[in-house]
Amino acid sequence: MSMLHLVNKSPYENNNVSTASSIMKGDDVMLLIEDAVYAAVKDGKASAMLEGRKVSVLGPDLAARGIAEDKLASDVDVIDYAGFVDLVESNDKVQSWL
Amino acid sequence: MSDTKKFLYINRRAPYGTIYAWESLEVVLIGAAFEQDVSLAFMDDGVYQLMKGQDTTGIGMKNFSPTYSALGDYEITKIYVEKESLEERGLTLDDLQHLVWEDEDEDWAEKDSIRLVSRAELGDVMAEQDVLFNF
Repeated sequence: MSMLHLVNKSPYENNNVSTASSIMKGDDVMLLIEDAVYAAVKDGKASAMLEGRKVSVLGPDLAARGIAEDKLASDVDVIDYAGFVDLVESNDKVQSWL
Repeated sequence: MSDTKKFLYINRRAPYGTIYAWESLEVVLIGAAFEQDVSLAFMDDGVYQLMKGQDTTGIGMKNFSPTYSALGDYEITKIYVEKESLEERGLTLDDLQHLVWEDEDEDWAEKDSIRLVSRAELGDVMAEQDVLFNF
């Protein structure tokens, strides 16, 4: 059983990335969308919360915010909308941290 | 006698996730028409508003970031960016747009609009204003 943890708020604005990260287990995946993509910037304080987690980031939301892929933590996976659908389909449940 | 007041617009939110950043820009441009002494501050997630290379084609929203480079033409020449906020987010000034204004008193010499300030310095800037607007 695996869960997709969907986060859409900046890690510098509230605790959602932190909470999701600490509750994740096993094969769970975190998908960062909208303002949550800022969590994946490698030199940012928040990136430490993603260590050891399976993390994907939505590419169009990164591009909109001017974050080049070379600024991301190396183990983060950049996906498109089709990849988003694949993640929803391949995990048993989706938990949205709104 | 001058009726000019010092206005500071404080921007603390990321663009696109909410409407605050865009609304702030609209209000700033409207306010600029009233010939006040306008300054902008970007702190916390607000520093993300100035990121260069924003491309919103994939999310179906308007990319309003090019508008920041027009602020100089509206005589908005003081843009304060807080150093601590950039550092916490793993960013430097190089990640932001290079914003300039042209000084008519010096043969239209191009000058930097962005001033990198510490939180303490930004506090001093806030203290010397007549009016603060928060977005």
